[in-house]
Amino acid sequence: MNTEVNFAGIKMKNPVTVASGTYGYGREYSQFFDLSKLGGIITKGTSLKPRDGNKPSRVYETPSGMLNSIGLQNPGVEYFLQYDLPWLKQQDTAIIVNACGSTIEDYVEVCKILNNSDIDGVELNLSCPNVKAGCLAFGTTYEGVKEVTSKVRKVLDKPLIVKLTPNVTDITIPAKAAEDAGADGVSLINTLLGMSININTRRPYLANNTGGLSGPAIRPVAVRMVYQVSQAINIPILGMGGIVNGNDAIEFMLAGASAVSIGAGNFIDPYTSVNTVKGIEEYMEKYNIEKIEDIVGKVEMN
Amino acid sequence: MPVQLQAKLIKKEQLKPDIFKFSLSAKKIVDIAKPGQFIEIRVTDGLDPFLRRPISIYNMDKENGTLEIIFRVQGKGTELLSRKKEEDLVDIIGPLGYGTFKYEGYNNIAVLGGGIGVFPLYELAKNAIKNATVNTYLGFRNKEAVLLEKEFESVSNKLVITTDDGSYKIHGFAINELKKDIESGKIDVIFACGPLPLLKAVQTLAKEKNIPCQISLEEKMGCGLGVCLGCAVEVVTGGYEHVCKQGPVFDSNKVII
Repeated sequence: MNTEVNFAGIKMKNPVTVASGTYGYGREYSQFFDLSKLGGIITKGTSLKPRDGNKPSRVYETPSGMLNSIGLQNPGVEYFLQYDLPWLKQQDTAIIVNACGSTIEDYVEVCKILNNSDIDGVELNLSCPNVKAGCLAFGTTYEGVKEVTSKVRKVLDKPLIVKLTPNVTDITIPAKAAEDAGADGVSLINTLLGMSININTRRPYLANNTGGLSGPAIRPVAVRMVYQVSQAINIPILGMGGIVNGNDAIEFMLAGASAVSIGAGNFIDPYTSVNTVKGIEEYMEKYNIEKIEDIVGKVEMN
Repeated sequence: MPVQLQAKLIKKEQLKPDIFKFSLSAKKIVDIAKPGQFIEIRVTDGLDPFLRRPISIYNMDKENGTLEIIFRVQGKGTELLSRKKEEDLVDIIGPLGYGTFKYEGYNNIAVLGGGIGVFPLYELAKNAIKNATVNTYLGFRNKEAVLLEKEFESVSNKLVITTDDGSYKIHGFAINELKKDIESGKIDVIFACGPLPLLKAVQTLAKEKNIPCQISLEEKMGCGLGVCLGCAVEVVTGGYEHVCKQGPVFDSNKVII
């Protein structure tokens, strides 16, 4: 049985990664198991300078999911390179850095710095719904995605993945822009913009009023979008949105994802990611699948 | 280092119509847990409610490897938890939070609690009284809400109970009783947990009287492990720290609440 995948030029021992913002820089979950069991780790969104993030409350539970509005709190790329990367490098798993910025120049600068580091790839965050500048400002249009991605592409030799927002009418448009600008892959979906209101105080639960919805509640939306994007572009897809076990991961791969990410699923059980790897292997055994790559996009539509 | 385990529910008690006490067998957690820390409980095998529930440790029996939690039924999650039966296994992660009550080195300790905020203070008082004088001040809404009086009596040199409406013991707020003892020079440090108005009041009092004060905070939590950065608390030095990581216990001068 071969679970190896080559996603966008990044060699991974299995298709299971952990999604940005749900795994920090890996240390906390390494208390539970050896991170080398994962295909890769996608770091917390990392910016040129440290960011404080949004006012609390930042999270709120919703049916089979949660809203978050963290606001990209992170210690900045230099801190990451100095304190987290050396440790991460010892974990024997692919390291993909989620890069974010408020301006195009920010994105370019972060990626210039990352290009000279010992990471395996960059996930360009053009889709965080919780910050005022950057991200969605670029991520929702063909022109926006193409411009940022093209400029980053010029300074980044490493594999470049563009993370797409589902908060658009047609997600294949930004996906196509990423491909046209020279991205090696796309990841989707980021969170869906949502809101929950406390009926007693008549105010939204989140201090930022709105936040990004994640968890199993959004899975069917994510699967549909992965399928649509897989039909529209030729670069590989990292699929995510509510995956909590191997069966969910297989569903995304059948829809067209070459690899997957576990996001909010990490919160309900620290072992969700490794259990997903096991679940994928069980599926492969059950259906006599030699290479996991063989099932990518193998959904047969009715 | 936190661990995840399936803890057997050894004993379940209903302290009030909406308040339950669980005794859980969790040796690996009890071996390393400190006063002030909490556990995260998965209340269902399903996906709704989705997140774990953070609940503070009330008491630990280090010899038998058991820990006790007390919780109020507040919503769907705690309601489901309250339906667990003795002998059931409960999926827990702990101990969590690096910010614990630091009581060593103090001789005259004040413990201040309000309502259901009194729970994490018991394990603290129980340990602190071994080497210090512990004065405990607990405030409740009314007589019906008063909890754990005997238990706190056994871990305090002096226990003061107040009720907001005067229906039991002293009429008024517990913090006013604490203030009197501070003024007569009997207190070196304050440990507090309770509703936000109480925490704000004790924060101000401690600053005024220049007494060290450690407060246990709550905030809506995602992961409980310091990863998602959801449970943010503003700090005076700028930016945010997190209840599940640098907390739940903070130096009261450090945080903006």
